[in-house]
Amino acid sequence: MRVAGKGLLDRSRSVPFRFDGVRYAGLEGDTLASALLANGVRLVGRSFKYHRPRGILTAGSEEPNALVTVGTGGRRTPNTRATVQEIHQGLEARSQNAWPSLKHDLLSLNNLAAPFFGAGFYYKTFMWPKAFWERIYEPAIRRAAGLGALSGEPDADRYERAFAFCDLLVIGAGPAGLMAALVAGRAGADVILADEEARMGGRLLAETETIEGRPGHEWAEAALAELAATENVRLMTRTTVAGAYDQGTFAALERVGHHRAPQEGLPVECFWRIVAKRAVLAAGALERPIAFADNDRPGIMTAGAVRAYLNRWGVSPGRRVSVFANNDDAHRTARDMVKAGVDVVAVIDSRADAPGSDLFEVHRGAHVVGSAGRLGLEAITLRSGAAEHRVETDCLAMSGGWNPSVHLSCHMNGRPVWREDIVSFVPTPGAVPGMVAAGACNGAFSTQACLREGAEAARGALEELGIKPPKPDLPMAEDTEYRIAPLWAVAGKGRAWLDFQNDVTVKDVRQAAAENYRSVEHMKRYTTQGMATDQGKSSNVAALAVLADATGRGIPETGTTTFRPPYSPIAIAALGAGGQGKGFAPERLTTSHKASRERGAPMIEAGLWYRPSYFPAPGESNWRQSCDREVTMVRAAVGICDVSTLGKIDIQGPDAGRLLDFVYTNMFSTLKVGRVRYGLMLREDGYVMDDGTTARLGEDHYLMTTTTAAAGEVMRHLDFVHQGLRPEWDVRFASVSEQWAQFAVAGPKSRDLLNGVLDAPLEADDWPFMACGAVRVLGVAGRLFRISFSGEHAYELAVPARYGDSLFRALVARAEGMGGGAYGMEALNVLRIEKGLITHAEIHGRTTAFDIGMGRMVSAKKDCIGKTLSQRPGLTDPERERLVGLKPAGAVKLITAGGHLFAQDAAPVRQNDQGYVTSAGFSSTLGHVVALGFLRRGPDRIGEVVKMVDHLRGVETLCEVVDPVFFDPEGGRVRG
Amino acid sequence: MAELVAKSPCDGLLPLTLGGVTASEADLGTLTMVLPYCGRQKALSQALQAAHGMAFPAPNRATGKAGARGLWFGREGALLAGPDPDPALAEHAALSDQSDAWAAVRLEGAGAEDVLARLVPVDLRAAVFKRGHTVCSQVAHMSGSVTRVGERAFMILVFRSMAATLVHDLKTAMEAVAARG
Repeated sequence: MRVAGKGLLDRSRSVPFRFDGVRYAGLEGDTLASALLANGVRLVGRSFKYHRPRGILTAGSEEPNALVTVGTGGRRTPNTRATVQEIHQGLEARSQNAWPSLKHDLLSLNNLAAPFFGAGFYYKTFMWPKAFWERIYEPAIRRAAGLGALSGEPDADRYERAFAFCDLLVIGAGPAGLMAALVAGRAGADVILADEEARMGGRLLAETETIEGRPGHEWAEAALAELAATENVRLMTRTTVAGAYDQGTFAALERVGHHRAPQEGLPVECFWRIVAKRAVLAAGALERPIAFADNDRPGIMTAGAVRAYLNRWGVSPGRRVSVFANNDDAHRTARDMVKAGVDVVAVIDSRADAPGSDLFEVHRGAHVVGSAGRLGLEAITLRSGAAEHRVETDCLAMSGGWNPSVHLSCHMNGRPVWREDIVSFVPTPGAVPGMVAAGACNGAFSTQACLREGAEAARGALEELGIKPPKPDLPMAEDTEYRIAPLWAVAGKGRAWLDFQNDVTVKDVRQAAAENYRSVEHMKRYTTQGMATDQGKSSNVAALAVLADATGRGIPETGTTTFRPPYSPIAIAALGAGGQGKGFAPERLTTSHKASRERGAPMIEAGLWYRPSYFPAPGESNWRQSCDREVTMVRAAVGICDVSTLGKIDIQGPDAGRLLDFVYTNMFSTLKVGRVRYGLMLREDGYVMDDGTTARLGEDHYLMTTTTAAAGEVMRHLDFVHQGLRPEWDVRFASVSEQWAQFAVAGPKSRDLLNGVLDAPLEADDWPFMACGAVRVLGVAGRLFRISFSGEHAYELAVPARYGDSLFRALVARAEGMGGGAYGMEALNVLRIEKGLITHAEIHGRTTAFDIGMGRMVSAKKDCIGKTLSQRPGLTDPERERLVGLKPAGAVKLITAGGHLFAQDAAPVRQNDQGYVTSAGFSSTLGHVVALGFLRRGPDRIGEVVKMVDHLRGVETLCEVVDPVFFDPEGGRVRG
Repeated sequence: MAELVAKSPCDGLLPLTLGGVTASEADLGTLTMVLPYCGRQKALSQALQAAHGMAFPAPNRATGKAGARGLWFGREGALLAGPDPDPALAEHAALSDQSDAWAAVRLEGAGAEDVLARLVPVDLRAAVFKRGHTVCSQVAHMSGSVTRVGERAFMILVFRSMAATLVHDLKTAMEAVAARG
């Protein structure tokens, strides 16, 4: 219920929302938690394991209980903390882990069986029979246990990622963080102040203490106004700094759209990478509950949260409030409640020397030992000495003390140190280089101490950055001493909960210790304490204290588990933001892409490139029809194919020839200007890296082509060879793959076609096979290469890419006029298989020059990369699998790439494997399937019949081993 | 007279304005990769100065001005943007024509830095990345070049074949920045 005169929200701004289908109204600035409490809703979810009714425990991101699912359909987000989710018009939230309803949950039967479900229950129980675990036990357990679920639909929300840089990153905008930002901002440093909440101010918004004589939240407002007006300060609200990494890099998650109705173009979250020269950790502290029997009923909350709901949101979580604590701080909850007119029925303090009060009754040296109420708290049992009595209350504010939020200080393997005086861990200085902890996260709990530490941390950072700090100007604030005596768990019967999110009790931790899971890391894994979305923020220290007690060690000796990023949950969608659809990878489109698509060509991906598969003609319904026609067209007339995707490397300088001789197996320094040569390149280990043609354009000027797939790899290889092995050679290279649009013009009518587009017609003798040179094509300067990947009389014509679209259209139009046309990758593949020409299907990284029948291309006259290792006996063994051609020899006519080769009478099993098929296609020229493959002693077995078995496709074919060159073995056509 | 029609890399894709940021295709003129030969950087710089009024750029710097710029373009390399290169340069450096190899997009507006903060993992704050600063880095998933050419203006270069992806990625980032209002 709302309390009159309390809270920082505007009462006139009502916001409707729905929870479990019921319509409620809250106020602008409400979280789902504060709005539900304002509406008297205490039951929010069911617990993970026992399906116990649970409410709201905290008022912050550490919330273990109040997890809800927000949104519908593809926008559904499960496991959203009600304490973080802001309400907005149209918000639809649902409770989780309950069926058929939150109030009547069938699986709450688990709760009755609880005596059997203790720590290690699953490990011990579902051991036998072994096969049942995966098929029966685990699915059943998973269905019963668990939190929210994804929708199963594609995520309709948008996420983004971004980078930010600053001199000083201030993490947390409570008194310490605000003070640090003010000091650094006034000094002119570039500051980012990030806070996970929608409204900055931290505990100043939740408390009634004053700074400089005015309410803390007013001081915070003034500080924020100053910061907002400071150009060098960037305020990032709703931004959780989630991880600390090397070199001042921090991960942060910003909630951009979760607090609004969905809006076109607006991401719901942004994943930031912030690089800061220095950082101040001002993350505050988290209050810890006290373990006592049945301390998990809705209505039992942390004392600081109860205070926050009252002072910030103007909500009292109950009408009759009680307090149970081991420290002075929690007494403030009772004080604020009484002052706000809420009934405080008891303050129970475990310490005999607890302070008294005129405002409420304090039970010193007393404990809460139990609670009652089916779906929410109705009463507690108070034990004082030997006497026990029942107190009617609907809200118990408990406090076992405060844990500094040391998490980020531990992300680079630092461990926190124990401070006996505050019964808590604090960060180890220097655990994250460049980051200093200040304020409550450093164990400084008074407002004055927070302000002082914040200012000091900023001044220290400024000094290191060489920026002159401003004059000290520290406001005066409350400086109360923090008094506490340890109390982790109240002795007694019944289940005393430590980890609300994972349903772990004091007994479970003791059980783990009894079974010798004495290390805190083992205890965590055995009991599941500290796992899941809250990562044990409110239970870790208490659990390890119980473990310490059970094992007879001190808390510092027991130590903490490892704090890892992220501090609070991050959707995978945010981490991978932008990486879906067109954002997955860049698309490389050729200049002929548009024209090819207009002709209906389906595209296939070659690396990042998109290349036309085939060009369907009217009446063709199957790709094979198109492919066969295109092959015939090239053999009989002329075909046009975009080959721009091949890598092109411009190599210049006095030592260009030497470099080529060194990286290629064969000689290039002897190549004549105006000529092209085929080259083979080895890796250092002697296997084939790539092949292609290289043209000599001038005395010191070559143009290398690579395969499409290996363009980047070859460029990197050249860089490595030049920079690492031969830096003294005066040679330079640049990729020109993108500069030129290049088209193959292939077929017996290719010269006729070219003579229609070249400004000066080709004379037969001037352009023999493997000639190259400058030409003018339709008025534009270009290059012509007489090379062929089809075995036909063919050319490749290159023009600057801006003319690519236009030239492609012109060439195809002319080809069509001559009975030819465009051809795609399928036809290109068949044409080259017919000629026994290799691609990366053959030079796949495990074949040598010897294997592909090019052993003699490794020049004896010179050294080259890979030569020595290619001569290892194992790589020149005649028994190796070597390149052959294959054609059908039996009733089955199909040969498939990927099929394996066996002796005709051998069983098709691994032990009998003699090779495999790398490429296959139907040759319309020859009227049967042609294939290339690698066969043990292949070239020695020409004429033999072997058996191909494709186990995946279920094909078995008898094949005749033939020479890899099926068509025109003399090469008359290519030279003609 | 050329019968072939020239098309720019971003033909039909730009300009695009969203939330006060405009992406438009830039015609940078002739682009020439200039790669100085061993020990010739100084002589090259003098030749560049004489022919085109700019020094050979130091790493992460651009020299010259609009119309004739020298962009540092990676290890021991610069991209001369604008004029046809003086043939005398060839004495000191390998010259490679790249005029058609790059899609060049000018991004301008108050939110241009915010848009690039979503695509480029480099500190582009005005105080750090000043006019005349340039960087070869990632632009979303692409390798690219980013130069500050004005108080609120950047020049982005990526491979010509990736022009559509660049426009897609810019648009996505521009939409997100605009939607935040």
